[in-house]
Amino acid sequence: MAERTGKRKPMIGLQPEGDIDWSSYRGVMVFVEQRNGQAKPVSWQLIGEATRLAAKLNVKVMALVIGWQVSELAEESIYHGADEVYVCDSKELEHYRTRPYSRVCLHVIRKYKPEIVLMGATNTGRDLAGAIATHLPTGLTADSTQLDVDEERLLLASRPAFSEKMLATILCKQFKPQMATARAGVFEQLPRDTTRTGEVIQVPPQMDPGEIATEMIEFLETKGSVNLAEAEVIVAGGRGLGGPAAFEMLKELADELGGVVGASRAVVDLGWIGHDHQVGQTGVTVRPKLYFAIGISGAVQHVVGMQNSSYIVAINKDANAPIFKIANYAIVGDLFQIIPAIIQAVRTRKLERLQLLKY
Amino acid sequence: MLHIVVCIKQVPDSREIRIDPKTNTLIRQGVPAIVNYYDLHGLEEALRIKDEFGARVTVITMGPPSAEKALCQCVSMGADEGVLVSDRAFAGADTLATSYVLALTIQKAEDTWGPVDMIFCGKQTLDGDTGQVGPGIACRLDMDQLTYVELFESLDIEKQEVVVRRHLEDGVERVRARLPVLITALDILNRPRRASLPGVLRAARYKPIVWTTNDFSNLDRSKIGLKGSPTIVSKTWVPEPKQVNTEYVDSANVVAAATDLLNRLYATELPQKLGWS
Repeated sequence: MAERTGKRKPMIGLQPEGDIDWSSYRGVMVFVEQRNGQAKPVSWQLIGEATRLAAKLNVKVMALVIGWQVSELAEESIYHGADEVYVCDSKELEHYRTRPYSRVCLHVIRKYKPEIVLMGATNTGRDLAGAIATHLPTGLTADSTQLDVDEERLLLASRPAFSEKMLATILCKQFKPQMATARAGVFEQLPRDTTRTGEVIQVPPQMDPGEIATEMIEFLETKGSVNLAEAEVIVAGGRGLGGPAAFEMLKELADELGGVVGASRAVVDLGWIGHDHQVGQTGVTVRPKLYFAIGISGAVQHVVGMQNSSYIVAINKDANAPIFKIANYAIVGDLFQIIPAIIQAVRTRKLERLQLLKY
Repeated sequence: MLHIVVCIKQVPDSREIRIDPKTNTLIRQGVPAIVNYYDLHGLEEALRIKDEFGARVTVITMGPPSAEKALCQCVSMGADEGVLVSDRAFAGADTLATSYVLALTIQKAEDTWGPVDMIFCGKQTLDGDTGQVGPGIACRLDMDQLTYVELFESLDIEKQEVVVRRHLEDGVERVRARLPVLITALDILNRPRRASLPGVLRAARYKPIVWTTNDFSNLDRSKIGLKGSPTIVSKTWVPEPKQVNTEYVDSANVVAAATDLLNRLYATELPQKLGWS
C-alpha cells in the first residue's frame, strides 16, 4: 500500500549526539506538564522531590515548560522550587504532540545538560519520556515511587514490579541524563513561595508547523472528571452495592469530601459504572490520602491497586472480607445505612465549623 | 494492500504470580504464559482494518522459542504471518534494546512483505508495565505515535490519514495523524475476537517464521540483550506488608458510628493534608 522510495533513513537513537563528557551534565530537570496553562499537580510534586535530590548533589533544579501562553508557569515553577526554567512558548505547541515536544526536550537536554530528567508517569509523560529516552539514547525507569541519589551521583529509581508484589531499584550508569517517570501523589510538593527568584531562559521551537503531521482535532473533557490517578480522596464501590443506583450515594459522599468515585473490576464488568472508575490491576493504580472501600471484598487484583493509600476505610457486611486486613478503619455493617449516616455527619461537621467561624 | 505489523509479547500472567513467603522470591512455576492482554486489543484492531479494507497483518514478537505458541494464537485469530525473533543474545533486554530489535524486525518485515502502514502495540505489558517499547519503536523508525488509543474512529486510505481518540487522565483527545503511524491500544479499544474454526485449523499446522541474530545483516551486537540495555536492576525486594492496626468502629448505632469514624479521621493528619477546616 504505502509507497516509499529511496534509501531508508538510518535508525534513530543508536548513538548519543553532542557532548558525551557525562561529567559536564549537572542539575535535576523536571518536565512541567500542563493543559491550557494549568500545570498537572505531579509536576509540582516532582519539583519538590527534585529540590531534595538537587540538594544532595549540590546542583540546581531546572524546570522545562512547553506550551502556548505558558509564561506564568515559569514563575510558578520557581515558586514551587525551580532555580532555572526553560520555556518554549509557541502556538504550534499549544496541544501536546510527541514530535514537536520531544524535539524541544532533546534540544534543551543536549544544550543545558541535566544529569537527571523527571516526568510525571501520566499518559503524556510516558509518551514523551519513551520517545526522548530512545532518541538520546539513555535509560528510562517507568513509574517510580521512590527516588534517591548515591555517592556516585547515580539516580536510584525504585518502582513496583510484578503487579506491585515487589519493588525494584533501577539505575543507569552508561548515559546521561538518567531518566525516570514518577507517579502522581507519591512525592510532596513544596509550599508555594512567591518570594523565590530564579532565571527564566527562552527556548525556540525546534520544528516548523508544516513538518508536524499530527493534529489535535478537539479535547473532550471527561464529564465529572474521573481523575483517579491524581485524586486525594476516592470513594470506591464494589459488588456489595447491589446495583448501579447505589453509586449515586457514593458520588454524594465523594462530593462532600472533595473526592471522586472509584470501583472494583467486578462492577465495571457488570456495567454498573464506566471503566474510567476502575481501580486495580487492569484499571488505575491509586494512592490517595483517603480511600473508602465500600462493599468491596478485597480481591488481590483490587488491593494491589489501592493498598498504598494513606488511610483506608472499609465498609462491608461480611466481617471476614479480606479488605479489612489492610483497612485502617473498619465498619462491619449495612452500607445502605452507614453511608447516608456518614454523609450526614460530614455535613453536620462542616456546618459546625462554619458556625464556629462566625463567632 | 495495507501492511500492518502487530507487536506482541508472551508474558507470565502476573495476576497468578505469588511471592514465596519464606524466600521472598517470585514463584514463577506453574504460572501460565499468555499473550499480553493489551496486545490482543492491538491485534483485534488490525484485524478489523483487514476485514474492512483488506490488509496483510504480520505479528512479531521477541522471546524464547516457546513464544511460538503466542504467535499461533494470533494466527488462529486471523493474522497472516507470525515472526519470532529469538536468540540467546537478545535475552536480558530492557526497553531500549527491545525497541531496537523490534524496529530492526519491522524493517526486515518491510523488506520481505512491503512497506508498513501501521504498527499496533499494547499500551504496556503486564510484566514490564512500562509502556516504553511502543514509543521507542516509533522513535527509532521516525514515525508518528498515537498512544493510549481508546477508539479507532476512521482510516482514510486516499488521504493516508487516521483519526483516533486518545485516552488521557482528564479527558479524551481526538487526533488526526498521517500514515505510517504507530498506535498503542487500551483494553477499551475493542473486544478481541475468538479464533474462527479455519483459523484454528490453520494455526494447528502453522510454523512461525524464526529470525535469529544471523538473519539481520545490519545488526549492531552492542545494542542488543543485556549489553545493549543501559538500565540495570540493582536491587529487588518484597515490601513489608503494610502493618495495619485495624480499628473497628462499632456499628450498632449507625449515627454514632459515623460520628465516631469522623472523629478518628479528624484525629489524623488528614484534615491538614486535605485542607479540611
